[in-house]
Amino acid sequence: MAAPVLRWGCRGRRWALACVDGGSCYRRGPPTGSTCDRIRGQSSVAQQPLHTAQKPRKGEHKWAAVVGLEIHAQISSNSKLFSGSQVRFSAPPNSLVSFFDASLPGTLPVLNRRCVEAAVMTGLALNCHINKKSLFDRKHYFYADLPAGYQITQQRLPIAVNGSLTYGISAGKERGQVIPKTVRVKQIQLEQDSGKSLHDDLRSQTLIDLNRAGVGLLEVVLEPDLSCGEEAATAVRELQLILQALGTSQANMAEGQLRVDANISVHHPGQPLGVRTEVKNLNSIRFLAKAIDYEIQRQISELENGGEILNETRSFHEKLGCTVSMRDKEAKQDYRFMPEPNLPPLLLYDATSLPTGADPQQVINIDQIRETLPELPSVTRERLVQQYGMLPEHSFTLLNEVGLLEFFQNVIKETRAEPKKVTSWVLNIFLGYLKQENLAVSESPVTPSVLAELLDLLDSRTISSSAAKQVFEELWKREGKTPGQIVSEKQLELMQDRGALEQFCYSVMKDHPQVVMDVKKGNSRAINKLIGLVRKATLNRADPAMIKEILEKQLST
Amino acid sequence: HSGSSLRIASAALKQGQITPTELCQKCLSLIKKTKFLNAYITVSEEVALKQAEESEKRYKNGQSLGDLDGIPIAVKDNFSTSGIETTCASNMLKGYVPPYNATVVQKLLDQGALLMGKTNLDEFAMGSGSTDGIFGPVKNPWSYSKQYREKKKQNPHSKSGDSDWLITGGSSGGSAAAVSAFTCYAALGSDTGGSTRNPAAHCGLVGFKPSYGLVSRHGLIPLVNSMDQFYHIFSCITKGPEAQNFIKSFIPILFQFCVFTSSYKEYLVPELSSEIQSLWSRAADLFESQGAKVIEVSLPHTSYSIVCYHVLCTSEVASNMARFDGLQYGKLTVDLKKNTKNPLIHHPFFSHRNYENYFIKAQKVRRLIANDFVNAFNSGVDVLLTPTTLSEAVPYLEFIKEDNRTRSAQDDIFTQAVNMAGLPAVSIPVALSNQGLPIGLQFIGRAFDDQQLLTVAKWFEKQVQFPVIQLQELMDDCSAILENEKIASVSLKQ
Repeated sequence: MAAPVLRWGCRGRRWALACVDGGSCYRRGPPTGSTCDRIRGQSSVAQQPLHTAQKPRKGEHKWAAVVGLEIHAQISSNSKLFSGSQVRFSAPPNSLVSFFDASLPGTLPVLNRRCVEAAVMTGLALNCHINKKSLFDRKHYFYADLPAGYQITQQRLPIAVNGSLTYGISAGKERGQVIPKTVRVKQIQLEQDSGKSLHDDLRSQTLIDLNRAGVGLLEVVLEPDLSCGEEAATAVRELQLILQALGTSQANMAEGQLRVDANISVHHPGQPLGVRTEVKNLNSIRFLAKAIDYEIQRQISELENGGEILNETRSFHEKLGCTVSMRDKEAKQDYRFMPEPNLPPLLLYDATSLPTGADPQQVINIDQIRETLPELPSVTRERLVQQYGMLPEHSFTLLNEVGLLEFFQNVIKETRAEPKKVTSWVLNIFLGYLKQENLAVSESPVTPSVLAELLDLLDSRTISSSAAKQVFEELWKREGKTPGQIVSEKQLELMQDRGALEQFCYSVMKDHPQVVMDVKKGNSRAINKLIGLVRKATLNRADPAMIKEILEKQLST
Repeated sequence: HSGSSLRIASAALKQGQITPTELCQKCLSLIKKTKFLNAYITVSEEVALKQAEESEKRYKNGQSLGDLDGIPIAVKDNFSTSGIETTCASNMLKGYVPPYNATVVQKLLDQGALLMGKTNLDEFAMGSGSTDGIFGPVKNPWSYSKQYREKKKQNPHSKSGDSDWLITGGSSGGSAAAVSAFTCYAALGSDTGGSTRNPAAHCGLVGFKPSYGLVSRHGLIPLVNSMDQFYHIFSCITKGPEAQNFIKSFIPILFQFCVFTSSYKEYLVPELSSEIQSLWSRAADLFESQGAKVIEVSLPHTSYSIVCYHVLCTSEVASNMARFDGLQYGKLTVDLKKNTKNPLIHHPFFSHRNYENYFIKAQKVRRLIANDFVNAFNSGVDVLLTPTTLSEAVPYLEFIKEDNRTRSAQDDIFTQAVNMAGLPAVSIPVALSNQGLPIGLQFIGRAFDDQQLLTVAKWFEKQVQFPVIQLQELMDDCSAILENEKIASVSLKQ
């Protein structure tokens, strides 16, 4: 896909973008590779002739993009990080606000144990080092929905550091291949969410909703190990699955439980990193990928046209599909961090450091949390591949679609059909129908047990594969019929009467002597024609394998 | 009786000699008479009378809540009080009515105390004179005492007239004046650098700062969170224990086992008045004569305390004030469209650039100061004895010659280090100076050993028999209230 020439009026300027293959190969001229791998590969062999004394022709320059992410995940907890207010999505405005959340003078923070446990759990799942001592800081900035004038966060010493997140990129042409990639996790910090500002342009006023103010967030900071929108999107998707598996965040981007800021720069491999921009508040995985790829292209064109990149904050304009500068260039904001004087250091323990006789209600034991970690998505996928012999790619699809894995496992539980058959039906036919109608798994008209029943009919050779597809189409109509009913109503059963089938075969051979001759002359493919003719004669109710067997027997005599 | 101790008033209530409503009305009438002292910002007359009525019912039904039931108290106007305006003596909070009570206020009310009103202070408790709030300065009741007036007459050089009134010290000066003028029996103050001990010393009262962390700060509008601590001001310590039910019960200990220390070295500064210096050493002698071992210890880093305090204080203050951005409180002085910022939160010590240079360094010094105390206590010392202030209360006109910051730096010199270290400390009135004004000495205890500290202080207070303020002229027709009051004449000086 070649990107069209984009025009828009953001900065009163035209952008002519070179073609982009899949939005991820940053190279002028005809696209060659398909994904970022090529670029990554180049950056590791950056000493190659790219940068010889000879000045490369314009357009021959190769660019590498460097992308780092800051991900804010709302902690799934009953109450806020430092107050007893409830946490609930879409409650009436300002109905979940304690005095502390509203920053009434004299109120004090009380740390929520659940939020700390969620942070430790997430840290362990992301292979982090858990700091047994971490600190809280105040980050000051002025905004109407931040009533205290500062946010409590963990700047100096966060709760977890130095982890890694492994995700898989589809290799494209080779079917089923998934290449594992790793992005380093710099740190995970506990911090407060802000309130929401609702701007009423008509009356030129701003309304503040503090329901969200003070909700616990996990800020996961990824090192700039990513190089394109697809990588970033896949990494965030994997993190989302991990958080959901852990139950530490619902991580629903549409509800703002997962928000991503991307730091993006481009440079020539082997040269110092470029000036970076930050694209803020990306709230869907698709927009994340789009915004990053757009921003990379924008930076490349800007630089190639002799411009410069400003260290600025930008936002993604969803309708225009472009990034827009959010603030005027101003001096770097000074957040004036200082230790939060109302919160002592947060101390965690493990089996070796746990004070004897410590009240389990009063301490958090890292080892104990480690024991309660559920199966992580990567392990689930591995198990699926080994247990059911599916392709790695299929295991990714099963996990990526919300509820699909559960659906699959329920079908497996109830059917006698082979797992491979189930995989194929769930991923090809079932998912295909869902996608076509843009439905979620939970909205499907076909339940796991109905599909299991259908697959049983197929497995017992009661119906043929094509009849099964016909039954599935009927089931999708939500008429409340069982597969069995549909089969008998439509007379879709396979012919079980061998004698009758032999009669059909005999008639077909008799009516098509030329084809029979072809087979006898050694044209092995001609038998397929006979099979087709018999099937047609039986109105597709005969098992092709049985037809073939009978035909072969009859032909050989 | 008003003017008597909390314990006596409590006993009188229990025996039915006086009803809570009568006691409350007497205090209210004294509040009106002493209005010119400017001790109160808000007088919560209706609330107090209603509380008194309820207290009276409880007494009638034999369901008294304890020693504090029916006792009039006052609260510094930086403690949140539900339904009662809380201003911090600042325009920023003018009209702010908190929807909740500070924990300490709630605990006092739960024990049946009567809330007479909210007392005056320096704006946001920043100051050492109670002279710098939007409601004007607090006048020290001792300015009008018989003791001071008589001494003044003897001095031919002294000016006469009301213009010569004295400051209370601060920032909890309103609370100190309120107790000193018998308008209530105890008052809450807050103490970030000496804000309660200082006015207690100047007003002849007991001022107690508990260990940091012992009592909840919830609802106290913060100045410096890491040093703030609420205070009690009492007219004498014998009244202390009742109000401290919620701290810990009082356990007497044998003082003979204690070792007392005067840290002469660093606390002997040239500005210290010779009178206070001599009282200090007499106090040490008194302890020694009773079998205590008195040694001199060194707190070498104390001298850095004020400058260190200045850095930490301004940073935390600036941060705490960030919420007063004109959106929720006060007037909107910021043009949001221009994205300008609250100038308060742009303090120079507070910028990223200066964080390492000043803030981190100051925190390290703070640790050294705290370690000095730890070392002293580890060497076997139980209690430290120091002056509370450099001198007795000074006239307002003299006080305002220097700016607030300079004054605070000087006046907090003995009290401030204690806040840095989070230790308990109590100022005890010892004697009257040549001018007829109160002088206080400070006892500093081990962290969380508040009981031992108070036991020692109580014993000391009993020995020195500090005289009661004589306000007959001021109160004229209130003399009945004071008639039973014995004027103690025993003091250390004699």
